[in-house]
Amino acid sequence: MLLEARNVSKDFYRETKNTNRFTAVNDISINVSAGELCVLMGRSGSGKTTLLNILSGLLKPTRGSVLLDGKDLYELSDRELSLIRNRSFGVIPQGQTAIQSLKVIENILLPLKLYGKADDKDISFARELLERLDIAHLETAAPAELSGGELRRMAIARALIGKPGFIFADEPTGDLDDENTALVFSFLKERAKAGSGVFIVSHESDAKEYADRVLIMQSGKIERA
Amino acid sequence: MKSLAAKNLKGKPLRTAVLVILSALLTFTVFGGTVIVESLDTGLASLENRLGADIMVVPYEAATQKKFEDMVLQGSTGYFYMDSSKLEMIKNTEGVKRVSPQFFLASTSSSCCSVAVQIIGFEPETDFTVTPWIKKSYGKDLEKLDVVVGNDLNAFVGDELSFYGVKCKVAAKLDKTGTGFDTAVFTTEETIKELIRSSLEKKMNDFKDIDPENSVSCIMIDVADGYTAEEVLNDINLHVKRVKAIQSAEMISGVSDSLSGVSGIIRILMTAIWVLGIVILLLAFTLSVNERRKEFAVLRVIGATRARLGRTVICEALIACLSGGAAGICLGILIILPFNDIIEQMLGLPFLLPDAVSIIKYVIIAVILSALSAVAASGTVAARISRIDTGVILRGDN
Repeated sequence: MLLEARNVSKDFYRETKNTNRFTAVNDISINVSAGELCVLMGRSGSGKTTLLNILSGLLKPTRGSVLLDGKDLYELSDRELSLIRNRSFGVIPQGQTAIQSLKVIENILLPLKLYGKADDKDISFARELLERLDIAHLETAAPAELSGGELRRMAIARALIGKPGFIFADEPTGDLDDENTALVFSFLKERAKAGSGVFIVSHESDAKEYADRVLIMQSGKIERA
Repeated sequence: MKSLAAKNLKGKPLRTAVLVILSALLTFTVFGGTVIVESLDTGLASLENRLGADIMVVPYEAATQKKFEDMVLQGSTGYFYMDSSKLEMIKNTEGVKRVSPQFFLASTSSSCCSVAVQIIGFEPETDFTVTPWIKKSYGKDLEKLDVVVGNDLNAFVGDELSFYGVKCKVAAKLDKTGTGFDTAVFTTEETIKELIRSSLEKKMNDFKDIDPENSVSCIMIDVADGYTAEEVLNDINLHVKRVKAIQSAEMISGVSDSLSGVSGIIRILMTAIWVLGIVILLLAFTLSVNERRKEFAVLRVIGATRARLGRTVICEALIACLSGGAAGICLGILIILPFNDIIEQMLGLPFLLPDAVSIIKYVIIAVILSALSAVAASGTVAARISRIDTGVILRGDN
């Protein structure tokens, strides 16, 4: 599987000195391949999250295209793109993203339940993920009872439950201590080795140790690869 | 998504309770209001049907003191008499097709009732107003000392009732009419004359000197084709002394006017409460969905379509509103159906509950309105949330 961004740009409209347009991502072309762990680093406001959202089918670029195995994501219907996000992509957004009314295990299984049912095998896999991420004891807890780091790991498990071809993680270790940061990076590396394409946006310099490729972004452009 | 909507509602019990209570009040208002308005309409139709005559002639004093009108409309008791010679005079008036006399008496307390009841006697040979609807409940002719009781009286077929020491047998019980006739007792001329005689003997009749054989209380008139009730009425009022001819339609029109007024106010209140309720529901759903914008963005992230987000919001609204709707209908049934007599007394108008089929129809309408208000209140919110820009929300909330 190959995910390819071709000359993507994203403009936001906001008042600046000379213009009311702000270009968060400026004419970027990159590929993410299956089995590769790619880390995108850069200063705050450099456009990392915007690029991740564009690649993961969440934010339509102002210009350019994103191709998944040659198919332009943003030319697809909402249903087709939603299905790709559900079946082929696993996204770990920034911040806390739990559905508050669902328990931890229900949050993790939710992507599967959107388009069908979660069977016993899926539940076993969810428990395995909880075990690996060291939050097995929180299976039936409500999100409100969890710490920031635990919620983060729950979001990681939710992104991985469908065994997606591509994993997009936006600061996945933002709320984690050193031990859990290492646990999450090594786990994502493991997924890459198993064949998933992993695209991580991170401030952590530790992330480089796990990366097959490191990209540095500045002012909406990729400066170094 | 249905279970997610249910869990979202369960997860916020206070917000859900407010939504359910609000929907319950809306449905109760619409269901209860509709049943009351329909009961008033049914009551009026029943009154028109029961009066059965075009013109009623009563002693002048009875009409001016509103005794007769109160008897018919309010179910209050009363009796008055005029000389039976008036019957012959009226019978010979031009435009009168047929006449039939009625005889009134108010009982003192009886075993059936804690209060006095109105006794109405009719002449079986000429009667055309009471007999048709007595026939519906009792197919045979009434024997001497047989009575037929109104639906609100605590007496049943086979019971023995004593009026002024005369024992009468209950031959039938009438269907409910929603009018003053529900608390009356009906019998033949022969029986009521015996009761009047007994009341005179026991010195319990206000009219000490009347001769039951030569007295009537009211004369029911059917107007012949080619004449208007107004023409005949004017003729009687002009030529027959000390009587007052009353047009049934005129008496009903007073009730009808009051009824239109009450119905109109109820309808306006229903509409106002409904509109206000939908606005409040709309605000409640808007606040609730805005509070959870990031959750909806997360649903998009994991693959929910835009349509599905909209459906989740509408599904939440439907669950809340239909639960509230069911509660509102139950409340309406528990309050209006058992206490319809009290409502009737409070309104002071003919009040007859619609039949079961009609009530089921109103339940269905109330449920549909509940569902429609849920869709109306949540539809715009659902449309808005389905257009959210996931990427922007995820960035903005961080």
